Amino acid sequence: MPESIERRPSPDALLQQAKAEARGKLKIYLGAAPGVGKTFEMLSDARKKRLEGAEIVAGVIETHGRSETAALLEGLEVLPKRQLGEPGRTVAEMDLDALLARKPEIALIDELAHTNAEGSRHPKRWMDVDELLAAGIDVWSTLNVQHIESLNDIVARITRVRVRETIPDAVLERADEIELIDLTPDELIDRLKQGKVYAPDQAQRALRHYFAPGNLSALRELAMRRAADTIDEQVRGHRKAQGEDAPWAAGERLLVCVDEREASAEVVRHAKRQADRSKAPWLAVHVETSRSARLTEIERMRLSETLRLAERLGAETATLPGDAVAETLLAYARDQNVTQIIVGKAKRSIVFEAVFGSVVRQLIDRSGSIPVEVIPESSERSAKALFPLSAAWPALTSRGVAEALAMTFVATLVAWPLDVWLGVSNLTLVYLASVLVSALTRGLWAGLITGIASALAFNWFYTEPRYTFTVADPDNVLAILAFSGAALIVSVLAGRARQQTLAARSEAKTSRELFGLSRQLTSARSEDEAAESLARYVARAFDVECVVLARVGFSELRLAGASADRIDLNDADMAAARWTAEKGEPTGRGADTLPGARWLFLPLRTSRLVAGVVGVARGSPLTPGERRRLAAMGDQTATALERAHVAQALEESRVETEAERLRGTMLASLSHDLRTPIAGILGAASSLRAYGDRHDPSTRDGLLASIEDEATRMQRYVEKLLDMTRLDAGSIEAHLEPLDPSDVLAAVASRARRIDEGRTIRLEVEPDLPMVRADAALLDQALFNLVENALAHVASGEIVIDASRSRGGVAFTVIDEGRGIAPGEEARIFERFARDASSGVSGTGLGLAIVKGFVSLMGAQVSARSRSDRSGAIFTIAFPAESLA
Amino acid sequence: MSDQVEKRASGQRLRALIVDDEVAIRRFLRSALIAEAFDVEEASDIAGALGLAAASRFDLAVLDLGLPDGNGADLIGPMHAAGAPAVIVLSALDDEPRKVAALDAGADDFVSKPFGVAEFMARVRAALRHRVQMQGSPPIYDDGYLSVDLARRLVRVGGVDPRLTPREFGLLHELVLHEGKVLTHRHLLTKAWEGGEADVQALRVHIRHLRQKIEARPEQPSRVLTEPGIGYRFVRE
Repeated sequence: MPESIERRPSPDALLQQAKAEARGKLKIYLGAAPGVGKTFEMLSDARKKRLEGAEIVAGVIETHGRSETAALLEGLEVLPKRQLGEPGRTVAEMDLDALLARKPEIALIDELAHTNAEGSRHPKRWMDVDELLAAGIDVWSTLNVQHIESLNDIVARITRVRVRETIPDAVLERADEIELIDLTPDELIDRLKQGKVYAPDQAQRALRHYFAPGNLSALRELAMRRAADTIDEQVRGHRKAQGEDAPWAAGERLLVCVDEREASAEVVRHAKRQADRSKAPWLAVHVETSRSARLTEIERMRLSETLRLAERLGAETATLPGDAVAETLLAYARDQNVTQIIVGKAKRSIVFEAVFGSVVRQLIDRSGSIPVEVIPESSERSAKALFPLSAAWPALTSRGVAEALAMTFVATLVAWPLDVWLGVSNLTLVYLASVLVSALTRGLWAGLITGIASALAFNWFYTEPRYTFTVADPDNVLAILAFSGAALIVSVLAGRARQQTLAARSEAKTSRELFGLSRQLTSARSEDEAAESLARYVARAFDVECVVLARVGFSELRLAGASADRIDLNDADMAAARWTAEKGEPTGRGADTLPGARWLFLPLRTSRLVAGVVGVARGSPLTPGERRRLAAMGDQTATALERAHVAQALEESRVETEAERLRGTMLASLSHDLRTPIAGILGAASSLRAYGDRHDPSTRDGLLASIEDEATRMQRYVEKLLDMTRLDAGSIEAHLEPLDPSDVLAAVASRARRIDEGRTIRLEVEPDLPMVRADAALLDQALFNLVENALAHVASGEIVIDASRSRGGVAFTVIDEGRGIAPGEEARIFERFARDASSGVSGTGLGLAIVKGFVSLMGAQVSARSRSDRSGAIFTIAFPAESLA
Repeated sequence: MSDQVEKRASGQRLRALIVDDEVAIRRFLRSALIAEAFDVEEASDIAGALGLAAASRFDLAVLDLGLPDGNGADLIGPMHAAGAPAVIVLSALDDEPRKVAALDAGADDFVSKPFGVAEFMARVRAALRHRVQMQGSPPIYDDGYLSVDLARRLVRVGGVDPRLTPREFGLLHELVLHEGKVLTHRHLLTKAWEGGEADVQALRVHIRHLRQKIEARPEQPSRVLTEPGIGYRFVRE
């Protein structure tokens, strides 16, 4: 039954529903204008719900002095507000933490679009609400239609009042229920006149402007349409979750062109409305041309702001490279099956368009079957855009003015002696040069001031009659005018050139920084090294205090790197940092959340997760440019952190496996090497006891000898085990004292001869050896273990113990005539429990490991190799020159 | 019980082969076996043991499982082919898998190191006795409380028929037949189950029921003993 499969609810839709079920539910009372009775309605509903037994707390209610509303509050639990700011100038805000702690079933929160006072956790109330919802609390709130972001422009056009407080459309779209509080314009005006909305004098003013009947009708229509849109969407979402076929506007796709101009945001909002109306997905696209490199910092910020706005409004955004804007856009549009293009049209003169061409015109000309909608931009906006260089004007300081005037003075000094040889008009060149220098080095303002001052100075000193501002000769009038014009153009051009140089320089600085950082990061072997690199780098680059916090588990952070030894991070700062780590959004100074804090925290994001947080603190907040650079460094570090994290995890698991393996071999060794002698002892003893006199004397003697041997063997093993344990515990200390090598060898040989079982042990000591600083007991045991090892591996033949000068120091060598060491095993044999399986020798596997441990405690080195002259092994304990006494 | 050994010997001494790489172990095993009138040969590895087995017949083989050139259990097959001696394997205490494998391969019993001579000789006698019994008719077991006539399928507990199910009788039959010898789970499941479902859990349940019917104190069994991780052993009360 393929049909039933197709109609199964889509997993995404169900997932969204499940998520929504864990979250609190948001109900919005939407009104067309203030005074329609949203709060009143909300409170009435709350009273009804409370009678049904629901636990309701009013988080914040604005009664605006309306007595009807205030009366409804009676009997409801109202949360006290929190006082913010300095004493005397306090602002009362909703107490978010208290509300979260109180955790009622339903929270009433008036005026969703409210902007919080500084010092609050979030700058906007809708963010508070979002947190409450996330905590599983249902929220009822109120909203006027003019506060909805995508309707902001329209409302402004209708009412001529622009509302600054807006909420993203997504908040409204996420609402689980929207109740439209509808009141006809006449009723509302009636209420207004009765003083139910504003105080009488305010009401009169309001009636003339905002509340004009025409406005109210338009706003009412907007509110109704918006509410209907959202309800429609919810129905659609519901149907999808139920597995019903969703009616889908087939293949509609909108594309909106975005550029750096301020008006672009308005075009984006328009596109959003269009997309909503036709229920189509939409794309916001910017084409990056060679001109983009010349954009000012502010223009760049605005561009990214507009693209972000589009993203917030639900668009898919893209930045495309290409010099021919129209061509690039159209190619992309065709590729993406776009059905409509929306573009804003700047007010430009016919002359401008004739010279530079118009992207809009090209789009229309070449779009073929794709309709192009051109949105005219309101004049108020594009008037600002006429000064594309506005950002290039640095602030005018008195020092700048003084320097500009000084340039004129210098020009005058230079021109003075030249006056004798050159014509007066040629002297303008000297002044022009000073304008150029001024504009290039000090910017546009300086250039203009130098230009004006130069024109005046030229007039005063060099035009007849001299030392007056009067100009007798009409030629000179022309000269001064020409000079002024030239100075203006030169200043503008030079100012722009200077700005580009500065931009290029800062760009170069950024990439240099990034390159330097990336070099340090690649060499970082651990999370901490990477974090430390970033902290030091950021601290130097921005002159800030910097911390890097790496993520431990989901919600914990660990200080991984800091720019200074002492960093002042209090609990609130850490909470902010955790917030950043969890939500992946910036917090603190200059960010949307906790903007009043001293620190700014940015997430260190990889494509998969937030690896940590970087925090910076400085007297002044970071500029947008600095933030961008910091974010770029953060991105790089995040990847390095993730890499280091993975490497560390790998290393840890390798160490873990190694420890596991060692424990395994340790156990096997214990069970074999302890049990075997015990088996021998127990067996022999029980045999003696059971059969006593039935054994002949030699058998009895053999059994007794066997008990002795096995006990000795066990003793040796336990000694080695203890040595190893002491080495591991670090409880062995080497007491270095000057030792005579020949004494050392003699002692070892006499001890070894007791167990040599007929094999020859020969000593070779080079004459006049210097004394060696070593620990007598440790060196003796190390050499003895080497000899013991040789005896275990060699059935017959000679064992040579040798002491001689080597590489400026002294080397002790044990040489045997056994089978030698298998190639490649030279280092491994010093690992514990590394037994030579093929030799059939049953050692403890600890002897050589102990040698290595003892020898390194004395600052010497042990090595092994096979003999080259015949079969056999050579073990060397080499003391360096520093060990000689 | 040594009389049975003596009887089996009937004039000729029994021959034992000890295969172990530890000198001390060989030494005391030899001392004990000689004291019990065995002729003893020794080998320290598989190669040496195979040489000796090919040259002469043995009545008893004592095999260490951890030999330098391989697993001592690998010797069981060739030893059986060369004259079917009773086989006792020596193993580490915690090496159940290898013990079970050796028993399934045909070993009569095992001894875990370290062990005393008395325990070892008891296992040797049981293994040898079992060899004798296998050659005669099914015996009649009677310890005064429990009596079992395997041929006539009669069981009496304190003179009363305990009414064993066919499966319980099958288990008891196999256990009594191999009195003193450890029987692995797999052995019991294949021999006493006759094609039913084979799982150790079911076996444990039937053993519990059997104990309740034939043991004087089922909570402290004295006849059907558990060898943890390996199987069961029937011993004479």
